[in-house]
Amino acid sequence: MSLANQVKNQHLMWRAGFGPAVEQLADLPQFSHKELYKALQKASSKKPEYIDVADDFLKGLFAGIDEVGRQERRKEMTEDERKKVQQKNRESIKSLNLNWLRVFVNTDAQLREKMAFFWHGHFACRNLNVFYQQGLLDVIRRNALGSFRDMLHEVSKSAAMLNFLNNQQNRKDHPNENFAREVMELFTLGRGNYTENDIKEAARAFTGWSADLKGQFVFRRFQHDFGNKTFLDKTGNFDGDEVLDILLSQKQTAKYITQKIYKFFVSDTIDDEKVSWLANRFFESTYDIGKLMEDIFTSDWFYDEKNIGSKIKSPIELLAGIQRMLPMELANQEAMTFLQRALGQILFYPPNVAGWPGGKTWIDSSSLMLRMRIPQLINDVDEFNVKAKDDDDQMMGRKNQDDGDMMKGIAKRSVIRATIDWKQYISHFDKINKDQLIGSLATNLLQTKTGVSNDLIKQYVDATSKESFIRSATLQLMSTPEYQLC
Amino acid sequence: MVIKRREFLQVGSLATASFLVPKFLKAFEGKNMVPLGNKVLVILQMSGGNDGLNTVIPYRNDIYYKERPRLGIEKSKVLSLTDEAGLHPALSAFKELYDDGSLGIMNGVGYPNPDRSHFRSMDIWHSGSDSKDYWTTGWLGRYLDAQCHGCDKPTYALELDDTLSLAMKGEEAKAIAMKDPKRLFGTANQRFFKEVMQQHKDELGEQPVDYLYKTLAETVSSADYIFEKSKFHPSKAEYPKTELGQNLKTIASLIFSDINTKVYYVSHGSFDTHINQQMQQQRLFTEMSDAVRSFTKDLKDNGRFDDVLVMTFSEFGRRVSQNASGGTDHGTANNMFLIGGNLKEKGLINAMPDLTDLDEGDLKYKVDFKNVYATVLKNWLAADDMAILKKKYDYLKFV
Repeated sequence: MSLANQVKNQHLMWRAGFGPAVEQLADLPQFSHKELYKALQKASSKKPEYIDVADDFLKGLFAGIDEVGRQERRKEMTEDERKKVQQKNRESIKSLNLNWLRVFVNTDAQLREKMAFFWHGHFACRNLNVFYQQGLLDVIRRNALGSFRDMLHEVSKSAAMLNFLNNQQNRKDHPNENFAREVMELFTLGRGNYTENDIKEAARAFTGWSADLKGQFVFRRFQHDFGNKTFLDKTGNFDGDEVLDILLSQKQTAKYITQKIYKFFVSDTIDDEKVSWLANRFFESTYDIGKLMEDIFTSDWFYDEKNIGSKIKSPIELLAGIQRMLPMELANQEAMTFLQRALGQILFYPPNVAGWPGGKTWIDSSSLMLRMRIPQLINDVDEFNVKAKDDDDQMMGRKNQDDGDMMKGIAKRSVIRATIDWKQYISHFDKINKDQLIGSLATNLLQTKTGVSNDLIKQYVDATSKESFIRSATLQLMSTPEYQLC
Repeated sequence: MVIKRREFLQVGSLATASFLVPKFLKAFEGKNMVPLGNKVLVILQMSGGNDGLNTVIPYRNDIYYKERPRLGIEKSKVLSLTDEAGLHPALSAFKELYDDGSLGIMNGVGYPNPDRSHFRSMDIWHSGSDSKDYWTTGWLGRYLDAQCHGCDKPTYALELDDTLSLAMKGEEAKAIAMKDPKRLFGTANQRFFKEVMQQHKDELGEQPVDYLYKTLAETVSSADYIFEKSKFHPSKAEYPKTELGQNLKTIASLIFSDINTKVYYVSHGSFDTHINQQMQQQRLFTEMSDAVRSFTKDLKDNGRFDDVLVMTFSEFGRRVSQNASGGTDHGTANNMFLIGGNLKEKGLINAMPDLTDLDEGDLKYKVDFKNVYATVLKNWLAADDMAILKKKYDYLKFV
């Protein structure tokens, strides 16, 4: 059944990637979902390229760090220089944001990047140093489908995370428990599976874990507490790595991660039986993420009707998904950062260390209206008259200064000014006769069981030519509540 | 009343498409204005971390002037309230409210283990969680959850903005954000959205998409409802042409109607004054003072001042010492203003912060903001504060 294949494959593309691409339209009804998954795996098997977008000025400064003494360099900087560094970092993180979003849209390695996107929310981190951010991003992209153990160790030693969770301040005589707490609560065991004393003891093990200005991990032995610790019923003079391994030796860690993955990739409603089967295998495989994802995406239940079209797309998934189906050039890149901001999901700026809560939290009256207006905004029919909230962490008191900051609430240009390349998309529907056209477009675009009535769409299309019909019907179908789901 | 009937028909015709019948419309059928005593809460968020020490100024305190040689406000300029406390010179309307017995000042409000990042501390204030917890709903959103369980009243709480704050998001219910009643969803595709909504056959929330349709239906019916109400008795008073001024004017117009809204939320800022604090704070306070003056006068003239409580807050105060750039850095505890014609405690409600007892250069909090929330929820909004805050907090006495 080609139709069933198509729906299943689209389901796979939305969940294991950022939605079906226009280039795949002809293939989606042809292949089985197992074949498609194999192809996705293959395309994601290569080591990803390091994304480096840091500004040249910062790179110069960064290169010079070793020559001049570290602390000296910092003290030498004038107020203006410091400001410039901050501003360049902000701009570079904005490039990093837009760059990674473009990767989501264009890469063949959909599975890897989707996985990395998941880990980006799991190991949620805000940091205003672009080099640290790039380093952490590289860690999660490289390990996205590899070993969770390796990733956990690397993330825990990344400058971005050590800084964000204040482990730089975690010293023998003055422990800071923030890092230890979040590692357990959010990265491994989940709440309720450890005691406050476990946190205190683990914090002692992480004392002295730090990073230099270059973002390299440094173990400061004079700040480390070499004494005995009792942690999760084990006693020894544990260091940080050993604490992480003890956490990994708890089956609860496999269960917690699997639950989160199930919620993100399969359904908001947890199926205990399936999660526990998956978690056991994940644990037995010593945390092989690739295997876990294969277990999920090749299972029959993943393609159950109740799982298809049941998840609310996150803003990033929505924005990337539209662009995968409708390749476009954006003259106004600002629009993409503005939309992320107004819809509540900005890459590299998670709301807190717990990441984006997802699900229904994406939807309120204003976010839903804006989501449904995006296709019209892209088409320049509609104009922005919406302002996003300011973010004082990013603006650092510069609300009224104009320095091209992505955190500014107002989009500079009122329109997105996108040029959509419709050719390939339209040619796919060449042979379909007009009566079936809306139905066919809807099958490609909507994953929900029931859609919007074809008659209604018909009233809103531009029927002057077949092309204009396809274009306008597509944009209207994307402007529906159904399109918010995948 | 003719106007009401027309309005009912219009909203009704939209709402019939959804499974939600706006019950709130029926409740007010045939009535005139809101009965007096219908309490309203207006939250004024001072975004960015307002410097509380230059807001309510300890102008007889030597430590204050020693720590702020450049930034300290001169004694002679302070709008004196008591022997030890005065207001920033730009807050003249607040001084008038103080003299009038309609201003309460709560000092040293904060929470244990304060966080100095804007987004995190704002999260904590919005959600009402402890600083070690991450809650994904807001305290006013949970108020909505508790007040109208299973009912269709998203207009119980309104935010004057284009996007909705965490504070206003509940588990089930979410408030409405709108800048201008005329264009809650001002878009070329408006008619399409309404028709899409009408053709949807709901399966009683069985399908995931039903949640989106429910939100859409609420948005459409609320938009029309708010628009109608805003025209019912629009404020004729003069307001400053600032954003805050216009937002407060919109709020006043809605308060004068019989809209079911209990909570209004509006933001002003940015108070993140790391540099050039003097100028920035002066400007923001002038705007705030002028807008609040118009608003409170308007409420008084229309006999509604006793039914309104305005509460200000900021995500944190700032450090006691000035920094090297003519500003102040992120700090901890802060003061809150309470404004209304019906305050039970007026003036300085509690002691000024103790500048001799600091925690690494920061003020120690004396009042947990959750106690303020509990008081407002229980005594002003008559809501179940324990269900909303998930814990019992002692009540204060200001309302």
